[in-house]
Amino acid sequence: MMHHHLILRVVTKLLVGTIILFALYVQFHGDFSPGGGFQAGVIMAVAFILYGIVFRLEKVQRVLPPWVVHKLMALGVLIYAGTGILSFFLGYNYLDYGAFSPDHPSHGQHWGILAVEFGVGVTVTGVMISIYYAFAARTPLIDDEAW
Amino acid sequence: MLEEFTWEFIVGHMNYWLFIVLMMTGLYVVVARGNLVKKIVGLNIFQVSVFMLYISIGKITGGTAPIFSTNLQGKIKLDPEIVYSNPLPHVLILTAIVVGVATTSLGLALIVRIREEYGTIEEQGILTIERDMVHEEERVHGEAMGGRG
Amino acid sequence: MLVVTALAVVRTRSLFAVVMLSGVFSLLSALLFVTMDAVDVAFTEAAVGAGISTVLLLGTLALTSRYERTARQSPLVPVAVVLVTGAALFYGTLDMPNFGDPAAPASNHVYPDYIARSVDQIDVPNIVTAILASYRGFDTLGEVAVVFTAGVGVLLLISGLRRRRKGGSKAKQEGPRA
Repeated sequence: MMHHHLILRVVTKLLVGTIILFALYVQFHGDFSPGGGFQAGVIMAVAFILYGIVFRLEKVQRVLPPWVVHKLMALGVLIYAGTGILSFFLGYNYLDYGAFSPDHPSHGQHWGILAVEFGVGVTVTGVMISIYYAFAARTPLIDDEAW
Repeated sequence: MLEEFTWEFIVGHMNYWLFIVLMMTGLYVVVARGNLVKKIVGLNIFQVSVFMLYISIGKITGGTAPIFSTNLQGKIKLDPEIVYSNPLPHVLILTAIVVGVATTSLGLALIVRIREEYGTIEEQGILTIERDMVHEEERVHGEAMGGRG
Repeated sequence: MLVVTALAVVRTRSLFAVVMLSGVFSLLSALLFVTMDAVDVAFTEAAVGAGISTVLLLGTLALTSRYERTARQSPLVPVAVVLVTGAALFYGTLDMPNFGDPAAPASNHVYPDYIARSVDQIDVPNIVTAILASYRGFDTLGEVAVVFTAGVGVLLLISGLRRRRKGGSKAKQEGPRA
């Protein structure tokens, strides 16, 4: 059904890698420029959703099976909460990132923010992709020609 | 009362009024339109106008985006001349947008289920079907009770 | 332009056009966020509003229907409700500070503290990130939990059952099963 969109398919192949790279940049450069876990998660999800729209759902689900995505959702929250628990066990308050580098609290803050933002990004990616999977897995009532 | 309405006051409050107009447009779509997808879009408009209200509260005239300038080593140069806009509303709204889209998708999922059960996404149609169902139930119930219903 | 787009949403009957207009609305509001110095927010709004939610709305349209039926009830009651609410809000804004006023209460409570302390304590150039992940870490943890819960809710609602409907748009009239 989708095989006649040649240009779309070629451009998508070029774009998906770039989008993922951009998402990683936004994720880990969020301390210095606009960006962070929330945006990076959304952009990362967009890469997979684009692939799923242009090719088929089965193709993208072979790369990233639904069960992996569902695990990612929970994993992100666990990373976030786990960072807090870790600082707990190091003798500090919950989510007090000074714990990770007692001599140099602002370095600890850097590490903590990085870890927490990573958790946020993973959760947002997982949620967005799994929502897309859920919607796309249903059989459309309107066929393509009707648009 | 009227002497308050100086030119400065009107220009200074124009942003709030713009957001109120947008918000009311969204509210109108939610209340008046029967189509559930359109209700969700109206809700989005409402939501975004609230976001804009918050961000406009954080804006300071002459301020810049709340990101410190750094030198090449990544050390922050703090320049007391620069005014930064209030970053706190930005933080709140940033998370609210993502939460908003997650809840929106929850609403859309509900719409999809409603479409499968009722065959329509118009409020009127759903109400009609519900009413018919209640009548049917009452009739069956009445028969079971010996025709007194 | 935002107002025009919003009014177009009210008038349009084709749901496909409504979805596209809501994408346009998101992009325009992202521009407005940039002019109000909220680059992070603008970034998010552009990615989320114009990207993800448009895709999701289109997905919903593909699963439901494309046109809105004309409403039969009169629009007088909603218009009255909207006007009264709008008037109340308008009355509320009369006490608000002017736009961009440096002396506004919102700009004087915790904000100077955040700006001054985050250099020493966090040492991260982007203040938004510093507040988001560190000063308000609990808050963000809660938000992530909400996103997670919403995702689980969607999965529970529409991906558990693999029931396929064959009869196209034929309505199912007997209502939900018990």
